Amino acid sequence: MPTFVKRIVGAVVIILLLYFVYMMMSEEGLFGFGIGAYPADVLMLIFVNIILAVSLNLINGFTGQFSIGHAGFMAIGAYTSAYTTVYHGQHLERWLAASIGETPAIAIVFLIAILVGALAAATMGLIVGIPSLRLRGDYLAIVTLGFAEIIRIVILNIDVVGGATGFSVPGYSNFIWVGGFAIITIIVIRNIVRSDMGRALISIREDELASEAMGINTTRYKVIAFVISSSFAGVAGVLFAHYKKFLHTNDFQFIRSFEVIIMIVLGGMGSITGSILGAIVITVLPELLRQLPTINLFGSTVNFADLRLVIYALLLIGIILTRPQGVLGHHEFGLNWLKRAQKRPEGDEPIGASKGVPIAERDAPTADSAKEAKNQ
Amino acid sequence: MLVLENVSVNYGAIEALTSISMRVEKGEVVTLIGANGAGKTTTLRTITGLLEPREGRVTFEGEEIGGKPTHKLVARGISMSPEGRGVFANLTVRENLQMGAYLKKNKREIAKDMERAFTMFPRLKERESQKAGTLSGGEQQMLAIGRALMSRPRLLLLDEPSLGLAPLVVHTIFEAIDEIRSEGTTILLVEQNAHAALKHSDRAYVLETGQIVMEGPSKDLAADPRIKEAYLGE
Ligand SMILES: Nc1ncnc2c1ncn2[C@@H]1O[C@H](COP(=O)(O)OP(=O)(O)O)[C@@H](O)[C@H]1O
Ligand SMILES: [Mg+2]
Repeated sequence: MPTFVKRIVGAVVIILLLYFVYMMMSEEGLFGFGIGAYPADVLMLIFVNIILAVSLNLINGFTGQFSIGHAGFMAIGAYTSAYTTVYHGQHLERWLAASIGETPAIAIVFLIAILVGALAAATMGLIVGIPSLRLRGDYLAIVTLGFAEIIRIVILNIDVVGGATGFSVPGYSNFIWVGGFAIITIIVIRNIVRSDMGRALISIREDELASEAMGINTTRYKVIAFVISSSFAGVAGVLFAHYKKFLHTNDFQFIRSFEVIIMIVLGGMGSITGSILGAIVITVLPELLRQLPTINLFGSTVNFADLRLVIYALLLIGIILTRPQGVLGHHEFGLNWLKRAQKRPEGDEPIGASKGVPIAERDAPTADSAKEAKNQ
Repeated sequence: MLVLENVSVNYGAIEALTSISMRVEKGEVVTLIGANGAGKTTTLRTITGLLEPREGRVTFEGEEIGGKPTHKLVARGISMSPEGRGVFANLTVRENLQMGAYLKKNKREIAKDMERAFTMFPRLKERESQKAGTLSGGEQQMLAIGRALMSRPRLLLLDEPSLGLAPLVVHTIFEAIDEIRSEGTTILLVEQNAHAALKHSDRAYVLETGQIVMEGPSKDLAADPRIKEAYLGE
């Protein structure tokens, strides 16, 4: 079967599966067993977080830069798209519905909203990225941190999008949209990483000066990666906003960016499957903590979910101490590693494995090892 | 081919190079020797555009290149094996070599150049699909040189290729340098190992605290009593 046919079949199967799960989750549910609203919320959040984590990994994990303002770009996507659907979407929807029916009309309006959110976040990414990525070093971290907070405070003061009281948004988003875009994100980032561009990005992470010396315009590649990453954060924001139906800037505080970082640090910087794993764990973890009984601490009742920041911090410290490269490191989770399990050529040692032994001696068999060989 | 005229370079307020002038002609192997901290790497950084000269001019084949972006140099025909080798640790040996040919489009040429790198350094062929970070120091240096050659440079800049390597491996590296020059590539070789560098080059410059204190044919410098005492330990 030609590859493209396989891909189309694969896509159709995935869409059918998503549709099936969607039906299961709708209030009546398929065949009568619906999933409640609560697990549906968690699933939806997992998908949004997968989009955030996988896209952040492109810049933080694969390119080796450090952005800590993903929530800022998510907010840009959420609010620009919500503005579009609230103030322009409903007219457009009514107008389109008259000629092509309601469901496709909603789909078109929502697609436009997603595009608006992605473009707005990408533009912001460009504005933030160009000055901070020209320089080597950790400027991006400082700038993105500041940017995300500034954006949040600016939005808080814009009354047309609700300001401090919050903003009601039409509920266009559903399981198919969010799941579909999670899959699109994974496919797009995976294809980028495996392309020539991906190798250029990895070379920047490994050694920026050497990469530049290969003829790679490192600034340009870093900015492109950052813009792509930001635009997906924007898309996540759009999907999130139109699922939650109510936006407040509290959803985009620093802790949100921090959570996404924890996801990729946990799963593995430079591993797409690791990011997915991290997104699932960090989404489900607070929900599980919520199930635990409240405890009495210094005379006040405390729920474990309120302690999630403490738990994240402990988790982070634990990972850094035991497995600083994350659970999967640079590796992808799959069965291929069984096949690829590398056989090292005879007599080879990684650098540092025999620190202090001159290389000449390392390479040649020593007198002792020759004796041992004879004895056997 | 490459000309530096009265080039001065600063790191902030500290002057690292003071009005140095040097030239490399086509087909030559020129070495720049000097102790640790003399300014050798700074000189290469200036040639490759990582640093901008405060004064003076750097020209390559008649065109001013001082302060031009580093990534534009490969297309002009300059390639570098940087200080500390700079291999991409999590890419395989093969992928590292491919990165060296990043601007090249012709797949057949790339394959041919890769074979040439493997012929020059058979050790790399054995480790073709191994991550570069798992190589020994000598193998990493071979990879850095092989990678720099993948863009088919006319001028090859080598920053201390023998640093930290055992004598046997140093020998291999210098043999490779001889081979590269015999194929017509011009080389600017930066070294602390004056003994080997003078043996394998045509002309030499001696750098001391940012100034060129001596220059001439390598043979003559190797016989010079001052060089013998300060750099060859005789
Ligand atoms: N990034 C830098 N910032 C400030 N000073 C530097 C920097 N790099 C090198 N220097 C100084 O410039 C001088 C020359 O350094 P360098 O060119 O690396 O010497 P070499 O390569 O000959 O060992 C040294 O005194 C060193 O301390
Ligand atoms: Mg140096």
